Amino acid sequence: MARTTLRRTETRWGYFFLSPWIVGMVLFTAGPMVASLLLSFTEYDLINEPKAVGTANYAELLEDPKVGTAVWNTLFYTALHVPLQIALALALAMLLHRVGRGVSFFRTVLYLPVMTPPVAMAAMFLLLLNGSTGVINEALRFFGIDGPNWTTDPAWIKPGIVIMGLWTAGSTAIIYLAALSGVPEDLYEAARLDGAGAWQQFRHITLPMISGAIYFTVIVNTISSLQMFTEAFSMFFGSNIAESSEGDAALFYVIYLFQQAFRSLRMGYASALAWLLFLIIVVITVIQVRVSRRLVYYEGER
Amino acid sequence: MIARPRILAMLIALVLALAGCGGVGNDPSGDAGGKASLTTMGFGLPDEHATARVDVYRKAHPDVDIRINEGNFDEQQFLSALASGSPPDLIYLDRNKLGSFAARAAVQPIDDCVKRRNVDMSQFRQGTVEQVTFDGKLYGLPEFAQVRLLIMSNTVLREAGLAPDQLSTSDWSALADAAKRLAKVTGGRVERIGFDPKVPEFLPLWAKANGVDLVGDDGKTVRLNDPKTVEAVRFTTDLVAEQGGWSQFKAFKDGFDMLGARNQYVTGQLAAMPIESWYINTLAANSPDVDVTVLPFTDRSGTPVTTAGGQAWAIPKGAPHPEQACDFMVTMTATDTWVTAAKARRDALAKQNKPYSGTYTANRAADEKIFAEVYDGQSNKIIDAGVRVALSLQDKVFAWPANPAGAELLKVWESAVNRVLLGQQSPEQAMQQAQQEADTAIQRAGR
Repeated sequence: MARTTLRRTETRWGYFFLSPWIVGMVLFTAGPMVASLLLSFTEYDLINEPKAVGTANYAELLEDPKVGTAVWNTLFYTALHVPLQIALALALAMLLHRVGRGVSFFRTVLYLPVMTPPVAMAAMFLLLLNGSTGVINEALRFFGIDGPNWTTDPAWIKPGIVIMGLWTAGSTAIIYLAALSGVPEDLYEAARLDGAGAWQQFRHITLPMISGAIYFTVIVNTISSLQMFTEAFSMFFGSNIAESSEGDAALFYVIYLFQQAFRSLRMGYASALAWLLFLIIVVITVIQVRVSRRLVYYEGER
Repeated sequence: MIARPRILAMLIALVLALAGCGGVGNDPSGDAGGKASLTTMGFGLPDEHATARVDVYRKAHPDVDIRINEGNFDEQQFLSALASGSPPDLIYLDRNKLGSFAARAAVQPIDDCVKRRNVDMSQFRQGTVEQVTFDGKLYGLPEFAQVRLLIMSNTVLREAGLAPDQLSTSDWSALADAAKRLAKVTGGRVERIGFDPKVPEFLPLWAKANGVDLVGDDGKTVRLNDPKTVEAVRFTTDLVAEQGGWSQFKAFKDGFDMLGARNQYVTGQLAAMPIESWYINTLAANSPDVDVTVLPFTDRSGTPVTTAGGQAWAIPKGAPHPEQACDFMVTMTATDTWVTAAKARRDALAKQNKPYSGTYTANRAADEKIFAEVYDGQSNKIIDAGVRVALSLQDKVFAWPANPAGAELLKVWESAVNRVLLGQQSPEQAMQQAQQEADTAIQRAGR
């Protein structure tokens, strides 16, 4: 009797302490999601009342060639960006891990680019990447390479954006750095005694021991790449003049969604687009979770 | 399923507000002490043209508290304010954006309000009034008229053995020859652009020069696949192809220091291009001695022709103080207000030792007074030449009525021209596709 009362009281307090999160979740996450799901079955211009149209929006997006272009652009970017970002971040973290003195200084420097506002970064990279006057091509010219038109040639626009994305590898590197310092030194010592070289140590000790961190960054980076918006938007869609000369090479999925919602005033269609993206992300993440079961090592697991 | 659209709207507004885009709408509780408060969205106070005119209104209406949310007009911000039921009293936006809001009744017709205040609409430049008229009703008051004109570098032209007055947009084949002669492309690298047609942005101007309006007088017919439009697309994109091809051409011109002292006319990176009249001031301020000629952009029969860009004031649906809002926009665009502002602008510039280059108000009476009483030539030869041309163009403006799918149409034809520039489609294919997309967009917007 007393026990159940206690339990009930505890449950009540539990919910009480959870309530800030529950309220936030319902109001700011679940609510808007339900709203957008409902809106995706309507025609809604944000001005007049929504009008139910059944599954017309979904039927349309299956036939909309721009959706195909946007999905392709986004997947292309993600497939290039995520592995490169992770490889670079890991390399940086390994280097930094070796630095004995001044580690906190370098850590700060590494993280600084992440603090740059994305719009400022985009404006800067438009200058750096410019095919005829940009610093990147100047540097390539020094090595006798005639660099491409990163900002105007459709074939090079996405690779250019990938290069820009590497600028913020610091955020991932910081996570790896933390993971690296958690790898017990005695494992390396044992390996060295067994005659393992640097590569073997990296391959058989470092990688498995930080696989949890890598797994986390793969998932998070993939999702954020699939939602790429700010940088590409500021570079190629921000002003009318920029917008008038971009082609479709930088049309990422969320940019197309934004255009539909706020330029074409088609919030219903944009909501349907959002749900398609959600579905794509879910599928990709599920695959990643499945694959990770074989590849990720957890210390505490049986 | 959609029994509670209001709630949905509120949720969306909430999401938008959280995304940092809302929160500047009208707060009904804000009318402190019986003083009516008037909120605006999309207007800023960057110079005397803005501040002096607001002062005129403030003096005339001391009982009204004006709240100006500075910053450019942002659709997202406006729509979320509207969806959450707290629109501002006034919006200030590019005239070409007004149509889609008018078609969806997000802004109110203002015929009655201006009639009651005896505003003489005929004193506004006709083209600018057309831009704010939808389905025969007036939805906004226009201000500013940026015409487009040709600016060419005398130095580069002479170097190529051409007299500046020889270059014109009337004779297209001569223009193509001149462009090729003036351009400098070595080993696939662009070193100078001979003539930049400014496509896709200026396509409407080129189509008009070739005798066709991209949008008809009803605001609903588009003529993107008209043979004359296609011809204009072919001509302008060929110009680009002949001068290095789009990727090179665009990258090269992105490298211009347009707004600086080492601009393309100073460095000789460009021989000629059409551009908006504001650029005259920029050029005069940054490189007062650069040797350029300013000429009107002409159609193929030699008649000057131009579009006119600018803003408009409009009153959103559900604005809490429509009467005061109407007073405000009428005052802001009145002749005397403009003259006061022009004087203030001139005097402020004089204090900084900068020349005043006139104000193009979209109000003919105001323009006449300003250029007779406030502007006093001889400040700088670029400005003098520019003013003469820009002023002569004010009544050569062509415009089409506000369009329900304005933003989409722009995207449609600009992407089409891009596809041609990038060699992905022929002009015919691209414009045929654009026509279909435009028809769909207009149909959808006009449902």
